[in-house]
Amino acid sequence: MRTPAPRLLIALAMVAFAFLALPLIGLLLSAPWGQMTELLSTPAARDALRLSLVTSLMATAITIVLGVPLAWVLARREFRGRALVRGLVLIPLVLPPVVGGVTLLAAFGRRGLVGQYLYDWFGIQLPFSTAGVVMAEAFVALPFLVITVEGALRVMDIRFEDAARTLGASPTRVLLRVTAPLIAPSLVAGAVLAWARALGEFGATITFAGNFPGVTQTLPLAVYSALEVSREEAIALSVVLLGISFAVLVSLRGRLLGGRG
Amino acid sequence: MRGAIIAIAAAAALLLSACSAGEERDVITVSAAASLTDAFTEIGDAYMAAHPDTEVRFNFAGSRTLAEQINAGAPVDAFAAASPATMQVAVESGSVGTPGVFARNSMSIAVPDGNPAGISSLEDLARPEVTVIVCNPAVPCGAGAARVFENSDADVTPASLEPDVRAVLTKIVADEADAGLVYRTDVTAAGASVEGIAIPDDVNVTNDYLIAVAPDAPASAVDFVDFVGSPEGQQVLASWGFLTP
Repeated sequence: MRTPAPRLLIALAMVAFAFLALPLIGLLLSAPWGQMTELLSTPAARDALRLSLVTSLMATAITIVLGVPLAWVLARREFRGRALVRGLVLIPLVLPPVVGGVTLLAAFGRRGLVGQYLYDWFGIQLPFSTAGVVMAEAFVALPFLVITVEGALRVMDIRFEDAARTLGASPTRVLLRVTAPLIAPSLVAGAVLAWARALGEFGATITFAGNFPGVTQTLPLAVYSALEVSREEAIALSVVLLGISFAVLVSLRGRLLGGRG
Repeated sequence: MRGAIIAIAAAAALLLSACSAGEERDVITVSAAASLTDAFTEIGDAYMAAHPDTEVRFNFAGSRTLAEQINAGAPVDAFAAASPATMQVAVESGSVGTPGVFARNSMSIAVPDGNPAGISSLEDLARPEVTVIVCNPAVPCGAGAARVFENSDADVTPASLEPDVRAVLTKIVADEADAGLVYRTDVTAAGASVEGIAIPDDVNVTNDYLIAVAPDAPASAVDFVDFVGSPEGQQVLASWGFLTP
């Protein structure tokens, strides 16, 4: 049975949808469909697409490997300054991405806090490298994974873990056989959000990693650079970016809403 | 619920009225090339001091981006571009009227304070261990850099194609790159944090800066453009290292 809904609610929902959908419709209507293949077969476009897929997947892998442990610590361990740590973890969500890039330079640039030793001792230079792109993307994407997984860990029924433990399971076994399956849907949701954020990353990337085709020029940077030469090419690239994200988000929509899709 | 809606509506009304207040002053919007940031800010201050009833607002970015914004309908009264090619983009679509040259500039190598990579010539930029950054070839400073490399036969592979000249300069100031190609004026603007290394005249390129007024711009926009070309405006431009046309 459908729940009765106040008319105002429906009206505002429609406004919200139109607000989000109209710019996309505008983009699709102005897309040069006839010359799409031609515009997308340039080496710069192919490089950007490949680089975006590779770096965003690598960034997502990093957010999972580092983000899940961080989420677990935040959800399960009481320690002094936990509120402060959680606040810091969420900072990249509110930081303008360009500022994020500046902070990454301050930490990992050639004269940065850590970067100066990487450069002086090992000759490693993260700015202007593909590794720099992955770092910029992981930086902005990590909070999405951490808050999603931490939320799941908080609401899950801790008695399952207790039961497993009293039956003699080791902490690692409890984590892998009890906790992991229970939070799996949220982990997938968090990873998808993190990936989507990484794929669309622009500001931190151009500031920290620069913009060079094949090395650091991801799709969003290619769109920005193309905008200075040809609007058609920029729109064609944007449509590809949208298409990829839309396909993944729609296919995972069920999972994003609690794992029963 | 109803109370909340009324509150939101009231807040929205307040915001709207706040936006339309202050319209008594004449506001003109000038889109100008990133390399003009310092000089035009100073010229704008001087103009507003002389014309208290006019407010000049600047929009600084890469010339090509600005031209695209204007063609897409951005409410701009005057446009100052760093090259005839980018100005042409706005002129051809009728977004601005006939442009005039008001300044010239040429390219320079910029290196971080202390010159860590020991750069002394264009040839040094071709060394593989040197991190060189330039502007995107679509913006005037990038087109200029490409021509300088072409003229000098230096085989330089840049590490990054930055969106505008100030982005190049920022990364040189931060010592993230060993050298960048910028305008002579940018070296002046950056002060002690960067060093300029001159490019020989026979391979260097000069670029004209043009300014034009939108067809429907208020009279004060024309007046501001005249001010840029006046001895006072030209003196400010010269103090930032621009050459007179």
